[in-house]
Amino acid sequence: MQLYVIAVLVNNQFGVLARVAGMFRRRGFNIDTLTVGETEDPNFSRMTISFYGDEASRKQVVSQLSKLSDVRAVHMVDRDNAVMRELVLVKIRNTPDTQPEIMTVAEIFRARVVDYGRERMTIEITGETSKINAFIENMKKYGIIEICRTGIVALERGSINLLSDLDNSGQY
Amino acid sequence: MIGAQILLEALIEQGVDTVFGYPGGMVIDIYDQLYFYQNKIRHILCADEQGAVHAADGYARATGKPGVVIATSGPGATNLVTGIAAASLDSVPLVAITGNVPSSLIGKDAFQEVDITGITMPITKHNYFVNRVDKLADIVRNAFITAISGRPGAVLIDIPRDIQIADCDYSLADPVKSVIQSVADESLLKNAADIINKSKKPCIFIGGGVISSGAEAEVLSLADKIDAPVTCSLMGLTALSTDNPRFLGMLGMHGLYAATMAVQDCDCLIALGTRFSDRTTGNKTKFAPAAKKVQIEIDTAEIDKNVPVDCSLHGDVRETLQALNRFIRKHKHTSWINEINSFRSEQNRQQSLTAVYFGPKTIMDVVNQLRPENSLVATDVGQHQMWAAQWLKFTKPRSFISNGGLGAMGFGMGSSIGASVATDKRVFLITGDGSFGMNLTELATAVSYKLPITIILLDNRALGMVRQWQAFSYNKRYSCTELDRKTDFVSLAKAFGADGVICNDINSLSTAIKRSLDVSEPYLIVCNIDPDEIVLPMVPSGGSADDIITEEMK
Repeated sequence: MQLYVIAVLVNNQFGVLARVAGMFRRRGFNIDTLTVGETEDPNFSRMTISFYGDEASRKQVVSQLSKLSDVRAVHMVDRDNAVMRELVLVKIRNTPDTQPEIMTVAEIFRARVVDYGRERMTIEITGETSKINAFIENMKKYGIIEICRTGIVALERGSINLLSDLDNSGQY
Repeated sequence: MIGAQILLEALIEQGVDTVFGYPGGMVIDIYDQLYFYQNKIRHILCADEQGAVHAADGYARATGKPGVVIATSGPGATNLVTGIAAASLDSVPLVAITGNVPSSLIGKDAFQEVDITGITMPITKHNYFVNRVDKLADIVRNAFITAISGRPGAVLIDIPRDIQIADCDYSLADPVKSVIQSVADESLLKNAADIINKSKKPCIFIGGGVISSGAEAEVLSLADKIDAPVTCSLMGLTALSTDNPRFLGMLGMHGLYAATMAVQDCDCLIALGTRFSDRTTGNKTKFAPAAKKVQIEIDTAEIDKNVPVDCSLHGDVRETLQALNRFIRKHKHTSWINEINSFRSEQNRQQSLTAVYFGPKTIMDVVNQLRPENSLVATDVGQHQMWAAQWLKFTKPRSFISNGGLGAMGFGMGSSIGASVATDKRVFLITGDGSFGMNLTELATAVSYKLPITIILLDNRALGMVRQWQAFSYNKRYSCTELDRKTDFVSLAKAFGADGVICNDINSLSTAIKRSLDVSEPYLIVCNIDPDEIVLPMVPSGGSADDIITEEMK
């Protein structure tokens, strides 16, 4: 079992998220994180999905996704050759005693304080999942009030462009 | 034109001349247009939407052309769900069109409103919600492309009422064509050919994809070239004539003995247009254990999904076989064929142990003798379906209309209606008292349209297939499978305006069948059989060829 990250180019159509998520559910694959946003072309959105599985389920995810009409390109992200990031907002309990420590840790992790008050502060951090997890681990002892994570976004290094893989489906 | 008229024009553009359906509030405008288009589109009004969708499905199975069904919103749409799932699982091209409430009421739990696109998402290749009338024509075109391209399947178009009555221009386009799939390149073809050429005991296994692809001749040609026997799944039946000396019959849970043994012993299994359903493979890890497997399949998702294969060729079966042919060398495998013949002898010996009396096998024999060559066979689901698949003779592709993947009881009457309307041929419907009871109201439809359907109803006063499992695995605890009904099927047929008779021996059955051939309307022939009759051979669920139960082990 390992974590796979897959980039999916989809038609920017109403309901496309439901179709993709529905396929994962129907086939029994477990989505770990999912992000979706616009691309350079307004006709298409890009989804980045991470899921746990083995080689057999990886192949099935790719082929089942490719069958969906609204899916125009599918690409397994080469994790060794990609920039992968998550963005997290962490709201932490703030006291006069702990505040200097929290700020030091934040600096070490190159995180930024984006909200500040007498009893709480919110820290924004971006980075690879391992860095995020380490930061959160470190924050636990101060008392985490809330966490909001985006899920993985990824782009492979080099000139690969998902839009150039576009499957011309011959549709109207 | 208004959207409803554009819809009909777009259907005609695709060559549609027949639709099945049932009116309702949210399709009344479509039906108003159908009134004006009576000379161009024939609408078959069924007894309910489930019958209508099974009819559209039977139409498609019999011809290969997409079947079209129209239903209203809410309950009309939900009544289509079983039929859409049945078409989807058997890769049948089906276009379902539903009306929905006006756009302003969508999502507000309006009267007869359901999220049919949400409900049918997992059971359609794709579905469409039309939110602008100027997109309607292209959506219909895309729906047909999707339904017929690659691996065919079911699609649904949901049209809110305000779109149906909105005005828009329509311009004619050419009918859509299926998207062409390219054939695997030469190195992969050579790889596959190498495995086949090196084998000493090749066996060809065909699924429904061979019929969708129209690859019957190519399969036969390959079988002759490499001197291999051929077996099939339920969906692959009729690709080869049952008379063909290479044909071993159906494989699987209730497959014929020789077919099961051939696949068990072969050293190369050539799988064409199949998805290796669990009904066929039994225990996947013990399926064709001695064989290298070569799979030709148009849907990549079906490669290595259930059964890992040694070599796969992605593409249309017919085109791929044509391309592969020049790398295949002619072979003779005399000792393998002798082994196959020994399996056949053993099979014949087992079959001869069946007592000769008026039971399922004898009934199928009589049907074989009297069924005209240009007729079709349809079935419902259950023991009768397996007996039909095992014993009936077929000479033409697309002459066996049976739902395998979903296995929906009640499929029979609707699909018989569709197949008969599609081909103008007589349909022999083999059914059971359980299945027939689910959709017998479609007798009214068959009578109205004067459809020649000879219904052979095997009445064992039980839900036979489940009862069989209860006998094998539940110590004969026949829970709710013994039908204590007082139904008089013959009077029922007459009440619907048809006719029928009860038969208890070969002579009366022969007379009844011959009588049915003279009338252009449904004719119900009820044959009483023993509820303790079981379907054999049987490979219990999750079992392998080693676990096969045959006639003498009874």
